[in-house]
Amino acid sequence: MPDSTAIGRRRALDLGGYGAGLRAMMPLLPAVLAFGVSFGLLARAAGFDGAAAIVMSLTTFAGSAQFAVVSVLGAGGTAAAAIVAAVLLNARYGPMALSAATAFRGGWLRRLLEAQLLVDESWALSRRDGGFDRRILIGAGLGLYAGWSGGTAIGVVAGDSLADPATLGLDAAFPALFLALLAPLVRDRRALSAALFGAGIALALTPISPAGIPVIAATTACLVGLRLERQAPA
Amino acid sequence: MSSAWLAVVVVGAATVLLKAAGPVLAAGRQLPQGSARVVELLAPALLAALVATGAFASDESLVLDERGAGLAAAGIAVAVKAPLLMVIVIAAVTAALLRAIA
Repeated sequence: MPDSTAIGRRRALDLGGYGAGLRAMMPLLPAVLAFGVSFGLLARAAGFDGAAAIVMSLTTFAGSAQFAVVSVLGAGGTAAAAIVAAVLLNARYGPMALSAATAFRGGWLRRLLEAQLLVDESWALSRRDGGFDRRILIGAGLGLYAGWSGGTAIGVVAGDSLADPATLGLDAAFPALFLALLAPLVRDRRALSAALFGAGIALALTPISPAGIPVIAATTACLVGLRLERQAPA
Repeated sequence: MSSAWLAVVVVGAATVLLKAAGPVLAAGRQLPQGSARVVELLAPALLAALVATGAFASDESLVLDERGAGLAAAGIAVAVKAPLLMVIVIAAVTAALLRAIA
């Protein structure tokens, strides 16, 4: 089965597997859509043209990094600061994709394209003991991609008909969103201290450095977390 | 090229490469334990920094405004395990209502 031909694998036989991935991500779809709509709205509010927001969702396809770019640029930060913050946020995809490398098939181009469907949710949903279910990852990834990009397009269009996003409290949605993404990550002491130091560093640097720099500097907090682990293992 | 488009192109290219590097170049290999832990802690550190600056930074100063109130409401929603969409809506509505009153 693993070595069956590409033609064989494209048969309806495998649609069941991809369909299971789609079904697995369905509970997430409303949130991903709303999240995409929010991105479209906030990108417009930060001065992006609609095409830039949609192209970003189609190519970057990573929520927190995209919001970071819009947040930094919207606050008057430089493109360099926005890019560094986003690339650092997406750095986790390097090891995540590496861990799931065996789930991808075919030549380099096909592997490159399939790997783009890896996001936090598709990665987590396709995890199986010791490996990854390729069809769950791809099915769930495609559903998430459609929801995220479609939501962005809706947000961009709706953005034209809406007034000041601050009136709607959309600027408050940013930190709330990151808090909701952060909460499940701080399960242990290392992650909690990395988060607390990260927030502390960012707040301490805000009055004395250009927009974007506090967030980048906060990445050094992960070293504090490692140090803590050595002092108090378990 | 505007800052927005520059960021879209560079971040997009970097993300494509980050996602593809492992599956294309090193299929089947495992990551060394140490580097995995560093990257694992990058996400909480960065997200916490984004929470803090998103709620309390205004240009280059720290402020306590409706966004802070929205974050507090979001914190309660997260604590009671409200869905993501609900957390976002609660924060936005809280800030919008306070602004409407002010």
